[in-house]
Amino acid sequence: MIDRVSNQKAWLMVLPVILLVAFNAIIPLMTVVNYSVQETFGNNVFFWEGMKWFEEVLRSERFHASLGRQILFSFTILIIEVPLGILVALNMPRRGIGVSICLVLMALPLLIPWNVVGAMWNIFALPDIGLLGRAINGMGIEYNFTQNPVSAWLTVVAMDVWHWTSLVALLSYAGLCAIPDPYYQAAKIDGAGRWQIFRHIELPKLKRVLTIAILLRFMDSFMIYTEPFVLTGGGPGNTTTFLSIDLVKIALGQFDLGPAAAMSLIYFLIVLLLCWVFYTLMMRSESNTS
Amino acid sequence: MSLELRDVSRTVDSSAHIHPTSITLIPGGFNILLGPTLAGKTSLMRLMAGLDKPTSGQIFFAGEDVTGIAVQKRKVAMVYQQFVNYPSMTVFQNIASPLRLNGESKVAVKKRVDQIAEILKLGPLLDRLPSELSGGQQQRTALARALAKDASLVLLDEPLANLDYKLREELREELPRLFEDSGATVVYATTEPGEALLLSGHTAALNEGRITQFGPTHTVFRDPNDLLTATIFSDPPLNLANARKEAGGFQLGFTSWPVGYYSDLPDGDYQVGFRPHHLQLQSNDNAALPITGEVLITEISGSESFVHLGLGKHRWVAQMHGIYQWDPGQKIDMFLNSAHLLVFDSTGNRIRSTHG
Repeated sequence: MIDRVSNQKAWLMVLPVILLVAFNAIIPLMTVVNYSVQETFGNNVFFWEGMKWFEEVLRSERFHASLGRQILFSFTILIIEVPLGILVALNMPRRGIGVSICLVLMALPLLIPWNVVGAMWNIFALPDIGLLGRAINGMGIEYNFTQNPVSAWLTVVAMDVWHWTSLVALLSYAGLCAIPDPYYQAAKIDGAGRWQIFRHIELPKLKRVLTIAILLRFMDSFMIYTEPFVLTGGGPGNTTTFLSIDLVKIALGQFDLGPAAAMSLIYFLIVLLLCWVFYTLMMRSESNTS
Repeated sequence: MSLELRDVSRTVDSSAHIHPTSITLIPGGFNILLGPTLAGKTSLMRLMAGLDKPTSGQIFFAGEDVTGIAVQKRKVAMVYQQFVNYPSMTVFQNIASPLRLNGESKVAVKKRVDQIAEILKLGPLLDRLPSELSGGQQQRTALARALAKDASLVLLDEPLANLDYKLREELREELPRLFEDSGATVVYATTEPGEALLLSGHTAALNEGRITQFGPTHTVFRDPNDLLTATIFSDPPLNLANARKEAGGFQLGFTSWPVGYYSDLPDGDYQVGFRPHHLQLQSNDNAALPITGEVLITEISGSESFVHLGLGKHRWVAQMHGIYQWDPGQKIDMFLNSAHLLVFDSTGNRIRSTHG
């Protein structure tokens, strides 16, 4: 037989991790899976439903609508935040006292909790007493996020841009600082213009950090909940009802646990799939161009 | 076309990077800037290129004052220690970039790129991106870009420092020939005395923002004007000792040497020095200076031995051909041909013997 000393005590060492992962990931996920295939009317009575909730969710127009809004929102903020973040990073000072000032200013929004951002912008944008709301209406532009879908959308997008552009900017700034000075000298000697320097040196060198920035911002914005919830609770109507808001409405508002569980699993798989697609695409273009 | 710096200095935030310096580079030649790190090699190159404006002084290019003229208006190319190529362009596009900026026709660009790629052995790699190349190939691409530019001034800032030994040797051999045909004035910065000697050409020794001596490389090496130049241009380091000249000879504390060629020297305090490879085990010369030291360490590199000797409080190195395995503590007698002795006055200026 194999002459091997087996030391079962090693399990004790792994136990904390197993427990941690079990309690904060596996058990909750399995509970959701459990709900997603059954119907319950409370009292811990369950009826087997199979794939019914999944089919129902995937067919429901309500789900399609909130998924559509969600995708539109994520792409809108990416299109704004990524170029804006790069632009800010390009204009940040590289040495001197300005560096620390800029870094602190840029980091400030990142330190503010989501619901505070929502509350701040809510008050800021109120058409009757908010500074922004009054100002815009004062210019003769009709703006009221509680009644007008366009206003509500613009406010949510503005909030997110205000809150998270710094993250893209800080990541890009770190990337830019990592470019050795001789690259700029070489470009200067070659007589390259500002755009050419950006296109042929800075952008290719930033690719890696931008991949991370886009992934982070995409995942985060795809899960947005607090800001629109604090602003209008998903309204006016359901124009800012993104996936997570819809999910909470179904689960806690209507207490339809089965469909809600099925929807969260689908939601989860969509995020996973989109991240994988993003990552693969960007890594492929990376190996092609840098 | 010659480049002349006239009393050029550069001060940044009240610290002097380059003290007023005048130098006229050898037109169409290989000019080496030799000095330790922070000696001002890169600062001087940036001034030559026109990347920085001198705080004072003027720069003349082919007799024309170019002091304030922007770098892109001069015909300058530069290659760095880091391998700098455009990351998103292929090798072909990289080499072609200066030609395209010049607005040359597609056919002409293709012809020239192929020609340069041939010289630098980049032919099969033209479709690759810089990230898909080895370090040596990346640096070849950077050199090819400099060559394609057909610049009249080519600045090479420690271009071989990041390459491994084998590639460094290979490129070092090619470098002087590479720019010979173009007629460009080449400036090459290095920290290694050995590299300067192998590249030959002319060398300017640099120390703390000052050129200590400029001349044909082997002259500067054999016949340094001062202690600084001799120290900069010596690897392993120069062997030095304080000596007091008296009637009887040089008193070094641990020994005394006959004055030899330096009999005319007034009595006083001097510094004497010599290069490690001038120590020999035997000598037929009557004027040879005897040296007895205690072995501290022996380092053997292939066919050479570096013997560290303790003499009084001094520590000298002997660089000898062949392999010698001496035990620490052993006493060894060696000889120094007095013709190789360098004598400096108390301020570090070289005193040449009247006979030698």
